[in-house]
Amino acid sequence: MVAALVAAACGSSGSSSGSGNSSGPITIGISVSLSGDFSGDGLATKQGYETWAAYQNAHGGILGRKIKLDILSDGSSPTQVVTNYQKLITVSHVNFVVGPYSTLLTKPASAIANRYGFVMIEGIGGGPSVFQQGLKNVFDVSASAKFQMITFAKWLAANHKPEKVAYASMTDPFLQPELDGARSYLTAHGFPSAVYKLYPLETTDYTPIASAIAASKAQVVVLGTMPPDGYAFIQDLIQDKYSPQVLAEASGPDQGAAFVKAVGASNTSGIMVPNTWFPGSTFYQNAAMVQLYLKMFGGTANNISADVAEAFSAGEVLTQAADHIKSTSNSKLESYLHSNVTFQSVQGPVKFLPDGENGAATPFMFQWQQGTLQDVLPAGVGSPKPVMAVKPAWGAGA
Amino acid sequence: MLVLQAIIDGVLVGGFYALMAGGLTLVFGVMEIVNFAQGILVVLGAYLSYALYSHLSIDPFLGLVITVPAMFLIGIAVYWSMIKPIKQERVIMSLLVMFAVGTVIEGVLDLIFTSNLVEIHTSYVNTSVSVGRLIFPDVYLFAFAMSILLLGGTYYLLYRTRFGRSLRATMQNPTAARLVGINTDWVSAFTLGIGVALAAAGGMVFGQTNSFDAASSYDLISRLLAIVILGGFGSLGGALIASILMLVIQDVVAVVWSPTWGQTTFYIVLVLVLLLRPQGLLGRKAVRAQ
Repeated sequence: MVAALVAAACGSSGSSSGSGNSSGPITIGISVSLSGDFSGDGLATKQGYETWAAYQNAHGGILGRKIKLDILSDGSSPTQVVTNYQKLITVSHVNFVVGPYSTLLTKPASAIANRYGFVMIEGIGGGPSVFQQGLKNVFDVSASAKFQMITFAKWLAANHKPEKVAYASMTDPFLQPELDGARSYLTAHGFPSAVYKLYPLETTDYTPIASAIAASKAQVVVLGTMPPDGYAFIQDLIQDKYSPQVLAEASGPDQGAAFVKAVGASNTSGIMVPNTWFPGSTFYQNAAMVQLYLKMFGGTANNISADVAEAFSAGEVLTQAADHIKSTSNSKLESYLHSNVTFQSVQGPVKFLPDGENGAATPFMFQWQQGTLQDVLPAGVGSPKPVMAVKPAWGAGA
Repeated sequence: MLVLQAIIDGVLVGGFYALMAGGLTLVFGVMEIVNFAQGILVVLGAYLSYALYSHLSIDPFLGLVITVPAMFLIGIAVYWSMIKPIKQERVIMSLLVMFAVGTVIEGVLDLIFTSNLVEIHTSYVNTSVSVGRLIFPDVYLFAFAMSILLLGGTYYLLYRTRFGRSLRATMQNPTAARLVGINTDWVSAFTLGIGVALAAAGGMVFGQTNSFDAASSYDLISRLLAIVILGGFGSLGGALIASILMLVIQDVVAVVWSPTWGQTTFYIVLVLVLLLRPQGLLGRKAVRAQ
């Protein structure tokens, strides 16, 4: 019994290169949220990884070997995500692991991967708490939280006179830093905070917060939302007959048709949302990813969630790095990812800072204009549309 | 003015929470089952309304003519097929059975509707009535009126009809009720049916005021249980008062302080009330006295 435990412990602690045979498929372990609070985004994340695997398998796989995804559902639970990665590494003996959805889950997931000597490349866990762990094995291919809305804040400060701003955010380890990043910048540039409300994840009634925002008469409203509360806030602000000049939400307006259906097409115009990706981007492999995604899952390009691209990007960086080191060794992979190399992804260039953040990320800002989510900022990157500086009143057309 | 608006919001939203919690408290009162499936049954009600609205353009309120009887039958079917056959440890086993029922329903909903969020976006979901500077959202006004109507109807059924007397007799002493010729199985089946039917009505409003998927039930069930505990197990009036109290406390704290403390404050109030009245505001003792 003791011998078996020792053997198991030795086997797991030193097993940082997976144990699959060298001619079989490369197995990638992933935990995604297919139920619970993150189920919508979790599904998109899964589709992103599946699109990447399908694309890469059609282009030689990794190290000439086919990619096989081993996907487990974590029910949006930080406890289950730990169990899942532990199982993927110690029982399924995957070669690599990539990240789950959200900062909430990436933090414990990266810690458990680190314990077993595994690298965790991820695209949807950029909250400060992930990088504050001091781990060397976590690499975020997307723009981290505090920078997500910085492009918006810079635009606002440059194009609007200082005016009152109302802020509200879910107490989420990604959303709140995202909001606070914008707030710090705007406060430093003379924009006073009229309202600053934080609400817990389980909130289902947003009417009092919306009422407080409406009562403040702030002309700029910035919300750190997930899609359900993002939709609800718009509905509540419309009920309150309050239409701010500028409205930006961290998430929700990026959900394409689901957003339009939830808030009504005539209420979308002028609403802004940050994102790390958009379907028309000319970045590396983006057109191919969009085409393949539509073939695999249907829909339209504008309805593809950014989660798909973020997951796909994690796969792309893993591919480039593993092919370069010509090995499935996680320790070699970690060293290479820390070597100041620039990778390419559908979200643009990726170059890791010592803490694992992507120092080369370019956060974009999007705005709903004439029923389409348009790339508007930053100016000079790609071919963005001009920003609609003042949001039309509710119901004033798509 | 903002506090007054928060109180109005709390009262209006509390009305439809009472509908969702009403079924839960009724089922416990008669059958002594904590129906852990109530959250997902509310979501099922929301999905039924969504399906009727999006595929057949039937207004969700009008659609209750279909969804309420359908959910009532589901409740009765669940009783006869799963609760009635339990012979031993009935209370505990029933609790587990309802948990299993909830899990199965969640899986089926995920399969049919996927995990993408949906919302019932009717023409009146964004409209509201203004009285001075106060706002009364139409959907909440309609929902509140419907809640009062349905809860009032259920109250009438319980306290002014022969069935109600049978039900209350079963609630007080099932063995004695059987001895005087009351078919307690049918009373229990009808009670579960009514409880599930109320969830259909609550779900219809929930679906119009929240984007939802099957997982939305988890946030709901904890709130519904808190309402039922505060109001007193088995008391419809208690559920209504507790719902309104919960939402008013949360909304007022949210506007004057922080939404993060809204729920905490409510739970502090809940604990204080339970210290003074362990049976809840209008718990079983109070119900029996009526």
